[in-house]
Amino acid sequence: MPVERLEGHQSGRSAEESREEFERGLLMTTIDKAVSWARKQSMWPVTFGLACCAIEMMATGAGDYDLSRWGMELFRASPRQADLMIVAGRVSQKMAPVLRTIYDQMPEPKWVISMGVCASSGGMFTNYAVVQGVDTIVPVDIYVPGCPPKPEMLMYGILRLHEKVRTEGRVK
Amino acid sequence: MNVTELAERVRRLHPDVVVARGEATVLVDRDVLLAALRAFRDDEELRLDFLSSVTATDWPGRDPRFRVVYELSSTERHHRLRVKVGLPEDDARVPSVTGLFPTANWHERETYDFFGVVFEGHPNLRRILLPEGWEGWPLRKTEELGGVDTRYHGAFIPPVDRRTS
Amino acid sequence: MTAEGARGEAIGTDDLPVTEIDELSAASTGEIRQETMVINMGPQHPSTHGVLRLLLELDGETVLECEPIVGYLHTGIEKNTEYRTWQQGVTFVTRADYLSPFFNEVGYCLAVEKLLGIEAPPRAQVLRVLFCEMNRIASHLVWLATSGLELGAISVMLYGFREREQILDIFEAATGLRMNHAYVRIGGVVMDLPEGGAERIVDLLDTMPGRIDDYEKLLTNNPIWVQRNVGVGPLSAADARALGVTGPTLRAAGVPADVRRDEPYCGYETYEFDVVTRDGADCFARYEVRIGEMRQSLRIVEQCLERLREPGPVMVEDPKVRWPAQLEVGPDGIGNSPKYVEHIMEESMEALIHHFKMVTEGVSVPPGEVYVPVESPRGELGLYIVSAGGNRPYRVRMRDPSFANLQAVPQMVRGGLVADVIAVISSIDPVLGGVDR
Repeated sequence: MPVERLEGHQSGRSAEESREEFERGLLMTTIDKAVSWARKQSMWPVTFGLACCAIEMMATGAGDYDLSRWGMELFRASPRQADLMIVAGRVSQKMAPVLRTIYDQMPEPKWVISMGVCASSGGMFTNYAVVQGVDTIVPVDIYVPGCPPKPEMLMYGILRLHEKVRTEGRVK
Repeated sequence: MNVTELAERVRRLHPDVVVARGEATVLVDRDVLLAALRAFRDDEELRLDFLSSVTATDWPGRDPRFRVVYELSSTERHHRLRVKVGLPEDDARVPSVTGLFPTANWHERETYDFFGVVFEGHPNLRRILLPEGWEGWPLRKTEELGGVDTRYHGAFIPPVDRRTS
Repeated sequence: MTAEGARGEAIGTDDLPVTEIDELSAASTGEIRQETMVINMGPQHPSTHGVLRLLLELDGETVLECEPIVGYLHTGIEKNTEYRTWQQGVTFVTRADYLSPFFNEVGYCLAVEKLLGIEAPPRAQVLRVLFCEMNRIASHLVWLATSGLELGAISVMLYGFREREQILDIFEAATGLRMNHAYVRIGGVVMDLPEGGAERIVDLLDTMPGRIDDYEKLLTNNPIWVQRNVGVGPLSAADARALGVTGPTLRAAGVPADVRRDEPYCGYETYEFDVVTRDGADCFARYEVRIGEMRQSLRIVEQCLERLREPGPVMVEDPKVRWPAQLEVGPDGIGNSPKYVEHIMEESMEALIHHFKMVTEGVSVPPGEVYVPVESPRGELGLYIVSAGGNRPYRVRMRDPSFANLQAVPQMVRGGLVADVIAVISSIDPVLGGVDR
């Protein structure tokens, strides 16, 4: 089967679906693979640093843990020019509509990494003010736990996202 | 001035002074609050001209229910005084001190946001930290903590303030 | 009338009139209806130091009025501490001003210790001062990095974070975390410096002064930096005091107000350091004050290392207050020391019960209220804590310096240009986590 899988990574397709994909033609598969490869090679994040995780995200982009190795050091301020949103930090109720607006302004294809426990599930702040998990507002692709996650953890999350894009990407 | 001298000096203006743990606290009525703060600021020995913070505490079941707390300090003499005003539950209004201390603007807005205490004469009394249409005064003791109310695989996880530890 | 008078030949026809040259030029420079424009900066903005929203009323490029709108990071920390034990309060309070976590912790623990009427042992005080001053340097480096980035000096961003990594390595070795450490506890600190910790700090002391010199060489006489910062965002001392501003912004206006000097805590009266002030009262003066403060912090760190030569306990002995476990670095990271675990599991039932009660119920603090100020990198950080007896705080209020400092922004940007708003905000160095809590 010409479907590449990362070790331990489930691509979520059954045998019939895989056969279907095979029968779509080797040409489409090759274009699929090429486009997915290109998409993951230079994903540009939008600046969405909120709290402590934002500082770790900046540290990941800085010299010691260099995001530039994957072409991602260029955080775009405008969501229209970005394809990845790393929600770094606690999302308060007041910020939630802003988060959704920024997400909607990003063009397809777009991905979301929820960085830190506060974005993933509300973290230690189980109270009135914090949204208990950003996946109640936007669809999340990768959750990176930690309070805050070390830059290496964020990088691992980004690499898993790259693999996810590379193996599951489909030209629409 | 050390704390005892400070307390003596303040006691001459307002008798209800308590000294504990090296800190002096004076209780005043809300009608004389502005006059008291002006007197503390202009007195040559006290010179309490810097307002650090304005906040409130909620004691439900007691009368007065709310205590608005002002932390004053002196930039010249480096001593501190705490001024407290008691407010009843049904009439939680107190004059705003933004005329004397412009820094109180945001502190009073925050106290209004959290407790519902109204500061009369405040130029812009709106919610500051919570979203505009929020209902309720979250830091009152009668309000819940909020957060998660989940049911999962037959178990029920109550919000934090109702868990057992 | 056609345009031949101006251009020498008739171009227009009767059907398509050509406008007179004079009319054309008059229309482009004549009176346009003047209106002010209200624009919105943020909350998602690369240069507002967090989720700050500014409503600016502009007349062209000149700022007429500015209103900061905060609350986009409100986390309910103050309410949450009322539902947790006193020890757990440290982990909440530390995440308020997330760039200076040690200061939040020290303020909180000093306040609770004042309520309890105890004092941490001297070695714990020295460790607190040591980590606070290193945190001050780290926080000022983030300020330098982000300020530089926002004003266009992008390489300063990389330099600032490079230096910061060195300090964060020391934090990680000593406390287990790079940020939000929960290292300072009620009664002292949770662990002593690890093996080799002192050597790492000596390395830091060797390299940092040279690096600070590099930053000064890069920026202080740089014509672009000077033009963007000198005369921008003036705030006089009287205005600053009236608006409740403290910290480097106040010291840049010539006022030598520093809580470490005026109301010393943790033994600061025994250390030799200068309170750095300047008279410019503009963004450039604040920059110079912060650079000076970094150097003074290095002086204090050196003095701390001297005092750490003698060993001593780092937590009070009182069993009703101290954190019961001894933490140790084992093969799988930092955890309870095996000797202690053996003691409570096998040797002493009482110790087990005591450990259980201390960890679940925690310290019991007598009723009262205190206000303790500490000097955080942004100004006076005050903790007002009320206890009603029992093992949970009744009210924890953090008087955050950035909350008061941000109120001064409208005063500083009025009459300036839009680009100066960025310079002013970065010179105040607000951390929205502290503002919104």
